[in-house]
Amino acid sequence: MVELTFLMLSGVAVFSALLAVSTTQVVHAALWLVLTLGAIAGCYLLLGAEFIAWVQVLIYIGAVVVLLLFALMLTRAPTGPDSATTTSNRNVAAAVSVLVAGGLAAVMVSGFAGERLAPPRGGVGSAASIGHAIFGTWVLPFEILSLVLLAALVGAIVLTRRGPERDNGAHGDVLERAQH
Amino acid sequence: MPLVWPLLLSCALFGIGLYGVLARRNAILMLIGVELMLNAVNLNLVAFDAWWGDALRSGQSLTLFMIAVAAAEIGLGLAIVLGLFRATGSADVDLAVVDTDEQADGAR
Repeated sequence: MVELTFLMLSGVAVFSALLAVSTTQVVHAALWLVLTLGAIAGCYLLLGAEFIAWVQVLIYIGAVVVLLLFALMLTRAPTGPDSATTTSNRNVAAAVSVLVAGGLAAVMVSGFAGERLAPPRGGVGSAASIGHAIFGTWVLPFEILSLVLLAALVGAIVLTRRGPERDNGAHGDVLERAQH
Repeated sequence: MPLVWPLLLSCALFGIGLYGVLARRNAILMLIGVELMLNAVNLNLVAFDAWWGDALRSGQSLTLFMIAVAAAEIGLGLAIVLGLFRATGSADVDLAVVDTDEQADGAR
């Protein structure tokens, strides 16, 4: 039963991932990505990583896809079919990615062909056990990660902010009027 | 369940994401490919955690760290894409001119 569900979720993930990278409608690519990420969250559940699955739903589907849709809106992406979404060398790209995936798959099969996963025990991937691991053993990487997030936040603000020398008038006028 | 099933799924997703990065022209669609590749790696980590099953939960903890790093990456990436859009008027990486005004000013 678990195996059948995993195969179905794998099919959904691969199918929607293929559509996410090949559809000509830009907004649909982000929506197909939602389906892929949801199927992968289901795979996490089947592999016993319950907490990771919900984090995947919250962070990826909740935050990352919304950010992508925001950016698509801000860059005035066309909402209809767009013929210029792929480069002319997509055949080379397809050959390279098939070769890379085939090479990786050959390595995986030759290394781990006979291994089997035990059915997940209860509570292995629960929030309690992951919390004990992170705030016990992994607390130093966790704190460094918060610094990384802070640096990324500051970097994103600096990158998107208009510098004073590049002001083309409209923004500065608003600021001056606000000051007066 | 055989261990190779999740591993093969992650290989397929990695290849699809690589195709997305190489073949797409819109920078945001390239970032969608990057997200697919990161998810393939996460799936690998979770599968090996379920197989190895150590008491520290190394694989699942690393997956959480990867998800946080991916969130930081997508924030910075979209900031760069918006900067590109502001500089060139489109998010098309094939139309982007590498030699911007600031680089030309700095060279002088």
